[in-house]
Amino acid sequence: MTASPSRLADRIGAARAEGRSALIAYLPAGYPDVPSSIEAMVAAVEGGADVVEIGVPYSDPGMDGPTIQEAVEVAVRAGTGMADVLAAVSAVAQAGAVPVVMSYWNPVERYGVDRFATDLAAAGGAGAITPDLIPDEAAEWIAASDAAGLDRVFLVAPSSTDARLAATVGACRGFVYAASTMGVTGTRTTVGDTAQVLVDRTREVGSDVPVCVGLGVSNGDQAAEVAAFADGVIVGSAYVRQLLDGHGADGVRRLSQDLAAGVRRR
Amino acid sequence: MTTTAPVPPPDASLLRPRPEWPDATGHFGRFGGRFVPEALIAALDDLTEAYEAMRVDPVFLAEFERLHRDYTGRPSPITEVPRFAEHCGGARVLLKREDLNHTGSHKINNVLGQALLTQRIGKKRVIAETGAGQHGVATATAAALLGLECVVYMGEEDTRRQALNVARMRLLGAEVIPVTTGSRTLKDAINEAFRDWVTNVDTTNYVFGTVAGPHPFPAMVRDFQRVIGDEARAQVLDREGRLPDAVLACVGGGSNAIGIFTAFVPDADVRLVGLEAGGDGVETGRHASSITGGEPGVLHGARSYLLQDEHGQTVESHSISAGLDYPGVGPEHSHLHDLGRAEYRPITDSQAMEAFALLCRTEGIIPAIESAHALAGAVQLGRELGPDALLLVNLSGRGDKDVETASAWFGLGASTAPTDGDDRAVEAGRGGDPGAPLGDADTTTVQDGDAL
Repeated sequence: MTASPSRLADRIGAARAEGRSALIAYLPAGYPDVPSSIEAMVAAVEGGADVVEIGVPYSDPGMDGPTIQEAVEVAVRAGTGMADVLAAVSAVAQAGAVPVVMSYWNPVERYGVDRFATDLAAAGGAGAITPDLIPDEAAEWIAASDAAGLDRVFLVAPSSTDARLAATVGACRGFVYAASTMGVTGTRTTVGDTAQVLVDRTREVGSDVPVCVGLGVSNGDQAAEVAAFADGVIVGSAYVRQLLDGHGADGVRRLSQDLAAGVRRR
Repeated sequence: MTTTAPVPPPDASLLRPRPEWPDATGHFGRFGGRFVPEALIAALDDLTEAYEAMRVDPVFLAEFERLHRDYTGRPSPITEVPRFAEHCGGARVLLKREDLNHTGSHKINNVLGQALLTQRIGKKRVIAETGAGQHGVATATAAALLGLECVVYMGEEDTRRQALNVARMRLLGAEVIPVTTGSRTLKDAINEAFRDWVTNVDTTNYVFGTVAGPHPFPAMVRDFQRVIGDEARAQVLDREGRLPDAVLACVGGGSNAIGIFTAFVPDADVRLVGLEAGGDGVETGRHASSITGGEPGVLHGARSYLLQDEHGQTVESHSISAGLDYPGVGPEHSHLHDLGRAEYRPITDSQAMEAFALLCRTEGIIPAIESAHALAGAVQLGRELGPDALLLVNLSGRGDKDVETASAWFGLGASTAPTDGDDRAVEAGRGGDPGAPLGDADTTTVQDGDAL
């Protein structure tokens, strides 16, 4: 690991200093259109999100459930590209949250890995989450993100062996994304014990990289449940659901307020 | 099986020396690898380990060989097709008859291996993706044989194009789930199958249909399919006393092509020719020629050539053949292309359908439309190489499933032209497609473009 400061870790650490978990909101660029998606991201920040994951629309989102697929399909068809994503990054930074891009690997590779790192840093982005890129395949991205001073977030899963947990955590900077259950994105009625077991296991491999939990959280109560054991709570489908149901930026803001109260509950 | 210790045949395909690729982490040169969510890595590691143990296990090898022989009907024969070859510049043409396998294509070779592997790792449920339905039918067949629950994901568009195969899968006890996301074709079926797998990985094995996807699928499926080329190479040597000048196969994901190529890779004088689906023509943008018309990228867990736009979005492919209608290709093909060891050419829908008709009329063999792309390649290459050339074509599947598509293409519907086999009647009934007329099959106009 390099010694360069991590904006994601700093922000999550600041939340921890307040005795709470960080709230991380996911929204894809380009749904329902680019300006409205940026409005929604800003609203998520106004409602209390500490970090916004800006999704790069992709035609084959293998880790996403039907909710995110539906929104992303619209964005892909409209031709949403990396320039739109970078505009959203700047807007989120300006709104006062830490922007991090979440992208399947092919759009990054197509844009150019070095170019992506340079342009993301220039736009004010903290780094990127790469759901289908494991550290084993990430030599180019690790070099580029180091060079640009960017955070890089890989995923761990309940099925990860201890050896893989250690290797993955060692490659992460900013935070580790703990996928709470075996499955795709989407809201769930319970997040379950597997998330806590995974967070504990991830911490046991001996790292101080924050561990944030995603997959399944949709409301303040669940956020409070996860906040009890994780450094950050990642919410995606529930935000996208607000837009799909036509509640727009106001709906996103209200959801953020509910979730922000959840991560502060003791 | 008897109670005596099983003895695998000493020439079992799985025991033969493998190519020097992939490396231990599944890379074929700069292609292949694993681009999947971390949640699937443990399952892929388990599968890799179980497969490597199984492929040298005499009990498994004996059972695999027994199923090949007694269930599939291997070895599949070689058929020389002299009347067809009259249209190939005088070259001699030999067909490797994978169309005669149980279930009608080469797909059974692979699924028997993966179904036995599923049993070995103690899982009770298999899932599969399918495009034309051939892999789905083969998987449903193997699942029925071994008593496994089977779920097949198939693009909604394909369930319409290949309704007969949907019915076959259901008769075999499989559940067929039409996929309504994205382009509703094979690529989306693969996405759904991966989503199912990551959710149900404790109970479920993913029986992948081609030499694409994350490691170990490209290498494992190749190993299961290489029996095609191992047999064919020995058969050709036996009957001709020499190797063929070229080996031709259609390439969608590319499993039948890798299957017949692998044995010949060390034979530097044997040309390996993959025929991609050219659709309306690569220059129109409506095609499925990933190597000819695509660029390297990552799709479905591996780096390979693929059809993509400037944002890295997968571009929808187009082909009359559902089995080739896929915007990616197996990473080993990309590597063979990089090495210059294999060459890849596009065959348009029209060229393929002309070769389809030609084989029907000259030899009494109705090929799968997929395989007809390889036949069209033989027509082209035979004319380039001339009368002394010996061509080996992988006839990867039979055309029963394509009767409806072919009837529509040639205008053979009951309510249109008479179907007495008269060429002019057939031509008159054609539905205004851009292809060359069927009636020209007896002359020498099959090659209609600059596809070389």
